[in-house]
Amino acid sequence: MDVFIAAVQTLDSTVRLSVPLLLACLAGLYSERAGIFDIGLEGKMLVGAFAGATAAAVFHSALIGIGMAILVSTAFAMIHGFASITHRGNQIVSGVAINFIAAGSTVILGQAWFHQGGRTPALSAAERFPSIVLPGAAAVRDVPILGPIYSTLISGHSVLVYLAFLTVPFTWWVLYRTRFGLRLRAVGENPAAVDTAGISVAWLRYRALMCTGVLTGVAGAYLSMVQNGGFVKDMTAGKGYIALAALIFAKWKPVNAMFACLLFGFLEALSIRLQGTPLPIIGRVSAQVMQALPYVLTVVLLAGFIGKAIPPKAGGVPYVKER
Amino acid sequence: MSAPYAKLPAWADYGLIPLVNLVVAFIVAGLVVLLVGENPFRAAVILVEGAFGRGQGIAYTLYYATTFIFTGLSVAVAVHCGLFNIGTEGQAYIGGLGVAIVCLAFDSLLPWWLTFPLAILGAAAMGALWALIPAWLQARRGSHIVITTIMFNFIAASIMVYLLVGPLKPLASQAPQTRLFLDGGQLPKLNWLIELFGGKVRAAPFNVSFLLALFMAWLMWVLIWRTRLGYEMRTYGFSPKAARYAGISETRIIIVTMMISGALAGMMALNPTMGDQHNVAIDFVNGAGFVGIAVALMGRSHPLGIVLAAVLFGMLYQGGAELSFEMPNISRDMIVIIQGLVILFAGALEHMFRPSIQTLFATLSPKSAGLAVNGEGA
Repeated sequence: MDVFIAAVQTLDSTVRLSVPLLLACLAGLYSERAGIFDIGLEGKMLVGAFAGATAAAVFHSALIGIGMAILVSTAFAMIHGFASITHRGNQIVSGVAINFIAAGSTVILGQAWFHQGGRTPALSAAERFPSIVLPGAAAVRDVPILGPIYSTLISGHSVLVYLAFLTVPFTWWVLYRTRFGLRLRAVGENPAAVDTAGISVAWLRYRALMCTGVLTGVAGAYLSMVQNGGFVKDMTAGKGYIALAALIFAKWKPVNAMFACLLFGFLEALSIRLQGTPLPIIGRVSAQVMQALPYVLTVVLLAGFIGKAIPPKAGGVPYVKER
Repeated sequence: MSAPYAKLPAWADYGLIPLVNLVVAFIVAGLVVLLVGENPFRAAVILVEGAFGRGQGIAYTLYYATTFIFTGLSVAVAVHCGLFNIGTEGQAYIGGLGVAIVCLAFDSLLPWWLTFPLAILGAAAMGALWALIPAWLQARRGSHIVITTIMFNFIAASIMVYLLVGPLKPLASQAPQTRLFLDGGQLPKLNWLIELFGGKVRAAPFNVSFLLALFMAWLMWVLIWRTRLGYEMRTYGFSPKAARYAGISETRIIIVTMMISGALAGMMALNPTMGDQHNVAIDFVNGAGFVGIAVALMGRSHPLGIVLAAVLFGMLYQGGAELSFEMPNISRDMIVIIQGLVILFAGALEHMFRPSIQTLFATLSPKSAGLAVNGEGA
């Protein structure tokens, strides 16, 4: 039974840890499907986390916090758009720039405003998102097997967790069942065709980046307002890049993205769980192996050894209208 | 990189436009300083004085610049071949492994002038090796080199952490680093060079790897503009199609270029390890690989430009350290912002001011906008 409880707890932390990955991954999906590479997911999450925690602490409201997170993160996405859509700059270079500006400015501003070494003030319960206890969670807790699964794994998460998982079918619906989604996919494959149909390539790509900004903002808010209760210097710690890896792993598809993020989240949860405890057969697995595994898996996938990851065809190429 | 824009005189292309981009980046950085509640002009004065005011500052500035010359060259070599090597950070980190192996093996046996060349080879070999896999994947399997090199940065970090908390750490120690190198693994300082010009240096880590960096910059110039290989690299970077048509092997050129790039990145490890700390510690690269991107962009991938840009970033690092004493609100992270702004304005937005500068040229002197007239004002 202990093993079972441990497994449920590990899966529970898997869910919690994969939420920021999932939101960032879906964010990247919108922009990359529209033909804009986005290495700047990390930076946008970071400014989202900072803006969210700051606004929540100053205005004592979680809703203002997340609103601010979305706003600032979207503004950064618009900088990316301005450079890579309007001025046809290199999208990778622009993404790298955004990551640095985010990493530096969050610390500088945090230190100047709050004087806590780059941290923001700890958020009280009212300034964070409450956990939702699903009906009957307490009642069924003692039921064997199903009880812990329902009350620990499924119930008791923050609103944003449920929201993140609802975003998956929503993104699928947007991408494959709406006119906007069809055009978004088309502009990532063949922008000239979209242009010929009389649709503005630039405006379409800007809208895709707005979706990216909103989702990275929520991802950042989740980090600083749900998982942590305050902003800490460099708190994304490479999550944006893991999300990018997950996006490739998922072959740029929303439902796959969820499974890829759950897999990477599971690896993270496992590495925390297994710290110092030897496994049967394999022996002690060092934390570094677990940390490197998502990246190694992505490289193997990229190499085409397990299926082939084919990116959107027009990705990374600025669109030049013929004159 | 070619641009779909009309021609400008060379001095405007290589001097004026980067300067305008840089000035804009610093103006925005100044606004951040203002936002933090400090005076940007006073900050700039403290910064420049901290970097160049005294011999001690100059030595530190050049020490940092050494690191950035290596990483800048590393990024720039790949850029000439149309490849974006974002993995300089990881290659430099793994280069440290090469330094560690050589120094730990030979520092008690050989004098520094024999360990140094071996360590150069070790660092370059490890860095090149770490670039080889992404290069091969790009050339043969078509995996995007940007993504694979990012992944390899993280894998490199995991490997180095594993080695530095495990096999490379002395048994008695808790700190995640190798033992101190003996005299055979320590590079002599170059501080006398500054004292020769009348500067005073108490203690600064400015060392002979600076000369190696300058030599590498010259070597890169020879490679890119004076050899067949360099010509092939530039051809491939300009137009992969034309290169293929000219019978240049795509696989060979990508792999060779990336290995050169990785080797230069690996050599960066010599400066902070053998030159300063005398050990290989966790996170010793500390973002220098990414600074290399900014340096290469600002130096327009030309060795001379890279050396100048590296000195500028060395100034920011050294002056920034002084600045954080004087203005506690402005920590080292201010440099990260400036670095980001430089990458944004000199890299992603490099063409933003071009049309207006072109219009300006066309109105002031129609001849210069149409024909590349050299020399005026330069």
